[in-house]
Amino acid sequence: MKPLTVNFRDKAASTLKDKQIQQSLEHVYTGFFQGRLAAAGDTPDWNELRTKGKAIKDHTIAHLDYYLEQLTDNVEKNGGSVFFAEDAAEARKHIIDLAHKRNIKTVIKSKSMVSEEMGLAEAMNDEGFETIETDLGEYIIQLADETPYHLIAPAVHKSRKDVAKLLDDDFKEGDPVPDATELTMMARKKLRSVFERADMSVTGVNFAVAESGSIALVTNEGNGRMTTTVPRVHVAVMGMEKIVPSIQDLSTMLRILIRSATGQRISTYVTMINEARKSDEEEGPEEFHLVIMNNGRQKLLANPQMRESLNCLRCGACLNACPVYRKIGGHAYGWVYPGPIGSIISPVLTGLKDASNLPNASSLCGACHDACPVKINIPRMLLELRWRTAEGSTGKNERTSSYNERRIWGLWRLGMMGRRRFDFGARIASIVLRPLAKNGWLKKAPPPVSGWTSTRDFPLVASRSLKSRLHKRDRKAKP
Amino acid sequence: MTDNTTNPPRPDRVTLFASCMVDQIAPHIGERTVDVLEYLGIAVDFLDGQTCCGQPAFNSGFRSEAYPVAARFIELFEQVEGPIVVPSGSCAGMVRNHYAELFREDPTMVERASIVGERLFELTEFISRFFGNAAITGRLESSATYHKCCHLLREIGVNEAPVEMLSNIDGLNMTPLERADVCCGFGGAFSVKMPDISSAVLDEKLDNIEATGSSTVIAADTGCIFQMQGGLRRRGSAVQVVHIAEILAESLINTSETSSLN
Repeated sequence: MKPLTVNFRDKAASTLKDKQIQQSLEHVYTGFFQGRLAAAGDTPDWNELRTKGKAIKDHTIAHLDYYLEQLTDNVEKNGGSVFFAEDAAEARKHIIDLAHKRNIKTVIKSKSMVSEEMGLAEAMNDEGFETIETDLGEYIIQLADETPYHLIAPAVHKSRKDVAKLLDDDFKEGDPVPDATELTMMARKKLRSVFERADMSVTGVNFAVAESGSIALVTNEGNGRMTTTVPRVHVAVMGMEKIVPSIQDLSTMLRILIRSATGQRISTYVTMINEARKSDEEEGPEEFHLVIMNNGRQKLLANPQMRESLNCLRCGACLNACPVYRKIGGHAYGWVYPGPIGSIISPVLTGLKDASNLPNASSLCGACHDACPVKINIPRMLLELRWRTAEGSTGKNERTSSYNERRIWGLWRLGMMGRRRFDFGARIASIVLRPLAKNGWLKKAPPPVSGWTSTRDFPLVASRSLKSRLHKRDRKAKP
Repeated sequence: MTDNTTNPPRPDRVTLFASCMVDQIAPHIGERTVDVLEYLGIAVDFLDGQTCCGQPAFNSGFRSEAYPVAARFIELFEQVEGPIVVPSGSCAGMVRNHYAELFREDPTMVERASIVGERLFELTEFISRFFGNAAITGRLESSATYHKCCHLLREIGVNEAPVEMLSNIDGLNMTPLERADVCCGFGGAFSVKMPDISSAVLDEKLDNIEATGSSTVIAADTGCIFQMQGGLRRRGSAVQVVHIAEILAESLINTSETSSLN
């Protein structure tokens, strides 16, 4: 998928004005966010589980080469194939070539963010393979020709009416809007025949277990199980970080992932796949292929400051917790991964220069860090990336701060390096701004705070500092 | 009197770190902080050389500008002993959590920062820890709600202590704030660089504030106070946003007036 991170400000501004999307985004808080809180509250050892989850991921990422090799060996031992794709193009080509070789007509997909990174469905459709998303949200997004709005709820911004229009060509303005069950039945009816004719499936991987060569899929609609059972060829795609060492670790990770994602204790389906159909079995695909993609992840791995971002389980908890995501929505982030996690990985995976707004679009409130099931310190990494955009700390070509901005912070430092200058600067500001103020507040302030006064009043600098006031107080106390 | 058994030995002398915004924009918050501390029997020292902890530049990514300012902060506060109290969770979080990042190439500075950081307390954290949440039992007739500032809540870990403190003030009618722990949208330079997003986050906060029907919002960080008050003023609302030090101090004045009448 082509990064459009550079359009951040325009996209954010248009979403802020969209009343319907603003209303839809409320569900992210009242549904997912509060659901997670309730599930966490019911889990007595919740914090210990998160600590354990973090330890498992830290360990796995630190020994990623070892576990990738073990995973590969075990998948192959189980009769599957493994392909390492350096980037999205290589992954696409491999899967399309395979589809040609196996004479595939119809491909069904279950939800996978990595396949979004590859732009796989679009590429396969262009290649002449009928490629259909089977996750309801993804299906809606595919019909709308959009990209996912949320990691686990791709169509969260769509109203029921929007969905009705997409699913029913005859739907007219003013028609009664079907309820969620009716809409699901409409989609189910359309998808059923696709399932029947599909001869290849593409799924994501929630976790790959190195010691057994199994993959685990977490779904609620049952489409994941259908997808991995009916077609004769199954291709699973994963980012190279989506690995856990053992089945025991998997059980820990599933507990924190599912609670953090939807607030469920367990999802409706947890599917474990070890291999293709055995000779004595009646059902299941004939072939199993695992595609493991790098696509820039090596850059995250190689950078000790950013490595922790590879611990991400893609649960979406940070999006739900984020006051900024809940206002500007998913498309503003301009690439596959929205929200706080997107703001730290997209700049590294797609290039910081065009994505420099992302790490800056945060109040650093820390709600994402609090919500993360593996305690990823997202604010710390946002600050790291801000340093790179402000000062070009890891390369001047990444610096996107303006000359004026740099000059302001330079002046700020001068002002803060001595008390007399600090007081002098403040008194000048107080005197200059006083004529513009009413009751100690400014309706309109000059740059650099003019942005503030576009929507809020700004407080006037005091005529005397605290230091001066306390000295006066001391004199009063000791006459 | 407060139950003393659960609290560590009480300091009788502290150094105030005002924070740059309190010092120059809202000095009355600094004065009320001194009032509250003095009521608790603490002598308050003020280092005249103080300016800023460096957080504004650090959070904006300008670490080379933040570095000398933060180093200056450490040098200044190393000159005195004992606890340092700051009426801001955000500044406390900067020193205690982020100095280690800022100075990470210099282990000596990290160590020095950590020693100063261990002595630094946010105001309500300090009161709660050494004097208990029931140390101040003044009187103030008002209706108010409490907003949980992000850095105090998540970086310093002070959650319910201020709420409990406020519940001990006679006559103060506290209404819980819906989504009290959701950010007000301030975020330092973010509020200036991306004003429309910052204000959209603020609007949700202000709607929740107005829904409480309270005349006052109490918070514990100056930036958040400016953000919320600035937004309320622009809405034409009469709701006042005040620092918790102002409420605590004011409640004590009322008590001392009452006692002098008796």
